[in-house]
Amino acid sequence: MLGRVANGIFWMYRYLERAENTARLLEAGHRMTLTRGPDMASREWKSILTTLGLRKAYEAGHDDYTGAAVCDFVLRSKDNPESVMLMVERARTNARVCRSAITAEVWEAVNEGWMTLRDLLAKPVRSSNLNEALGVVRRESTLARGATHGSMLRNETYNFARLGTFLERADSTARILDVKYYLLLPSLSYVGTPLDSGQWDSVLRSLSAERAYRWLNSGEMSARSIAEFLILDDRFPRSLVFCYSEMRENLFELAKLHGETGKAQEQMRMTDIQLVDKSVEDIFQKGLHEFLLEFISGNQKIASAIASDYRFTA
Amino acid sequence: MSASEPPKFDEMHAPDGSVRDAYSGYQGWLSEQDDSWMRSKSTEAEGFFRKTGITFNVYGEDDAEERLIPFDLVPRIITGGEWRRLSKGIEQRVRALNAFMHDLYHRQEIIRSGRLPERLFRNNAAWLPQMVGFTPPGGVYTHITGIDLVRTGQDDFLVLEDNARTPSGVSYMLENRETMMAMFPELFSKVNVRPVSDYPRRLAKSLAACAPESTEGQPTIAVLTPGIFNSAYYEHAFLADQMGAELVEGSDLRVVGGKVQMRTTVGYKPVDVLYRRVDDDYLDPLTFNSDSMLGVPGIMDVYRSGGITIANAPGTGVADDKAIYSFMPEIVEFYTGEKALLPNVDTWRCADPDSLKYVLENLAELVVKEVHGSGGYGMLIGPTSSKKEIEEFRGKLENDPDNYIAQPTLALSTCPIFTKAGLAPRHVDLRPFVLCSPDGVDITPGGLTRVALKEGSLVVNSSQGGGTKDSWVLDD
Repeated sequence: MLGRVANGIFWMYRYLERAENTARLLEAGHRMTLTRGPDMASREWKSILTTLGLRKAYEAGHDDYTGAAVCDFVLRSKDNPESVMLMVERARTNARVCRSAITAEVWEAVNEGWMTLRDLLAKPVRSSNLNEALGVVRRESTLARGATHGSMLRNETYNFARLGTFLERADSTARILDVKYYLLLPSLSYVGTPLDSGQWDSVLRSLSAERAYRWLNSGEMSARSIAEFLILDDRFPRSLVFCYSEMRENLFELAKLHGETGKAQEQMRMTDIQLVDKSVEDIFQKGLHEFLLEFISGNQKIASAIASDYRFTA
Repeated sequence: MSASEPPKFDEMHAPDGSVRDAYSGYQGWLSEQDDSWMRSKSTEAEGFFRKTGITFNVYGEDDAEERLIPFDLVPRIITGGEWRRLSKGIEQRVRALNAFMHDLYHRQEIIRSGRLPERLFRNNAAWLPQMVGFTPPGGVYTHITGIDLVRTGQDDFLVLEDNARTPSGVSYMLENRETMMAMFPELFSKVNVRPVSDYPRRLAKSLAACAPESTEGQPTIAVLTPGIFNSAYYEHAFLADQMGAELVEGSDLRVVGGKVQMRTTVGYKPVDVLYRRVDDDYLDPLTFNSDSMLGVPGIMDVYRSGGITIANAPGTGVADDKAIYSFMPEIVEFYTGEKALLPNVDTWRCADPDSLKYVLENLAELVVKEVHGSGGYGMLIGPTSSKKEIEEFRGKLENDPDNYIAQPTLALSTCPIFTKAGLAPRHVDLRPFVLCSPDGVDITPGGLTRVALKEGSLVVNSSQGGGTKDSWVLDD
C-alpha cells in the first residue's frame, strides 16, 4: 500500500479514537459536576482542559469554567484547533483520502457520523443536548470500529488502523491517569490513604471502566488498585498493557509482511520493558508521574518510528 | 424562441400522447406506483448519494458545501435496436479518432492530402510537439472516450462533442444505476436492462492490454488524481477502488531507475499504466508547466522510452477542439474509407470569412462556442440571450473569430423528469463511455444522460445546474 495512504489510515483511526476519548472525558465531567458544588465543578472542568492540553487555548477567551462554556469550546469552538468537530472532520477527510483502501461500510459509518454531528453542532451545545452530541461521537467511533472489524481485510491497512487506534488510546489513558492523579493528590504523602471516591469514580467513568473496576474490586477505591487496573490489567481494553499487546501484535504482523523489523519494533520493545512483568509496586517506587511521562514520550517515539519505517512521507 | 420553433422529439411520448415502445415496460410499472411514494423516493435518492459521498466541489467556492448533482428518477431508455446502430457509429468514430491522432503526430497524411488545414492544430494549445514521432504503447491514444450525443428525431442522433482528453461522469453512470436498483428492485425484475456494473472491470482489462512492453508480470495500474479538492475526486477514488488499483497523487510518484514508481510502505514499486485524471499541462513539471505540483517530474522521458502507459495519451486534447470537430465527417471518411455513420451538428467555423458573416447576421438564432471551451462556459445561446448579451458577444466574436464556431440551436430531445406536479419534459443529451485497446473497442451499453432541469433550458452541464438520469439500454 502507499505510504501516504498508510499515514491517512493511521491518523483517521487516531482521530476517531481521540474524538471518542474526548467525549468520554466530557461525559464523566458533566456527570460529576451535576452532583458537586460550583467550586468542585470548576476544578473538574479545569482538569479536563488540562488533560486535553487545551487550557491555554480556552483561557485565551474565557474567565470562568462553566460546563456549557467548556463543552462548547471542546466540542465545536472555532477558536479551538483541536475541537471534536474538527477531529471528526479530519477523520472523514482522511477517510476520503484513503477511500480506496477502506470498505464502503467503513466510509459510510464515518461519513454519516460526520453529517449527523455537523448538523448537531451547528448550534451551541446546551446541557440539554450535550449527552446527545456526546452519544453521537461515541456511536460514530463505535460504528466505524465495528465496520472495520467486520468488513476489512486483515492486511497492512488493518494493521495501521489498529496501530492508530491503540496508540491513541494508550496515550489517552496515560494522560487521564497522570492529570487526575496529580491533581487529586495534594502531596505524595497521601498515597495509599482513602481518597475522595467521587473523584476516582470520575477517572474510571472517563475510561468507561467504572463497572469493570467495581466488578473486579468489589467497590474498594484506592489509588494503587485503580492505577494497577488502568495500567496493568490485560483484560481491560483501555489499559496500557492491553493497548500495547494489540500494538505489539500489529507491528509483528507488519514485520512479517515486510520480511523485516524496523525502528518501530525496536522502540516498541524499549517502551514495553516498562510494562511487561511489572507490578504496581515497581511503578509507585519509580513514581507514577515519572512512569507515565516516560510512557507518553515512548509512545510518541513509536508513532514517529512507524511513520518513518513505513514511508508515511517522502 | 423564434416563432418557427421546430417540434421536439420526446423520448417517452409520441406527439399523440401514446407511450413509445422503449418506455412501454417502464410505463406499465409506473402507472401502478403511487405519486406520493415516488416523491418520497426522490428524497431517499438524495440521502443515498450523500451517504455514499458522491459529491463535488464547485471551483472558486472555498467554503461552499459539497454539492450533489441532482438525480432524476425517470430513466432515459434506449431500445436494443437503437443502441446497436449507435454503437456502430460510436466505434467507427473512436477508431477514426485514434487513427487521426496517430497521423497528426506522424506523417500528417490528412494535411498533405489537403483535407485538413494545418493551422487548425498548429494554433491548438492542446497540440504537443513532444508527441511527434512517438507511438503510445499498443498504438492507443484515447483509452477512454466520451462521445456526447444529442437526438432530434426518431432516427436522428448527432454527435455534439468528442471528449478525448479526460471524459468524466462514468461514476454517475454506475452510481445512478446502483441507486435505481436499490430503490426500485422490482422494476428491474419487470424490465430487462443491460447491466453497466462491469465497466470498472472492463476498464482495468482494457488498460492492462495497453501496458508497455517493459511490463514484468501482471501490469500495475494506478489512477492519478489531483487530490481531494478536485471536483471529480469522488470519481477518481471510485474507479481506483472498483478496479482494485492504487489511487495516487503526484507526490506519491517519482522516477526511479527509468520507471515511474510509487512510494509504498515497503519502498518504491513500478507503475505500468497510469490512468491520469490530471491535465497534460500539469503532468510533468520538467516538460510542461514547471509550477505544477500535481504531476511527476520526468514522467514524459519515461513515457517516450516505453517505460509507462499514460491514459489518455498526452496531446489527445487536440481532438476536443471544436474547430477540429467540424472536420470529423471528413476525418472519419479519410481513415475508415466509409461515410460517418453518426453525423455532426452543422457547424460554421468563424475563422472562415463567409461563415463569420453568416454567423454575425444570425447571432440571435445560433449557439456560438469557443473552440477550446468546455463545461458550458463561454458560450452564447442566441435564442435565450438578451440583446445586450448578444451585442457583447458580437464584440468578442469580431475580435477573435478563429476562437469560435457556431451551430444552429437544436431541438434537443426531451425526456420526462419527475416534478412535484408529475412528469414534465426536459432536454437531455447522452454521453456513452468508450474503451479502446489493441483488443478492440468496448462500449458500455448506455452512458450518462444529462438533463437540463430548468424548463426550456438547453444547458445540461452539471456546472450550470444540470442533473443526471439513469440510462437504460433494453436487452431486447
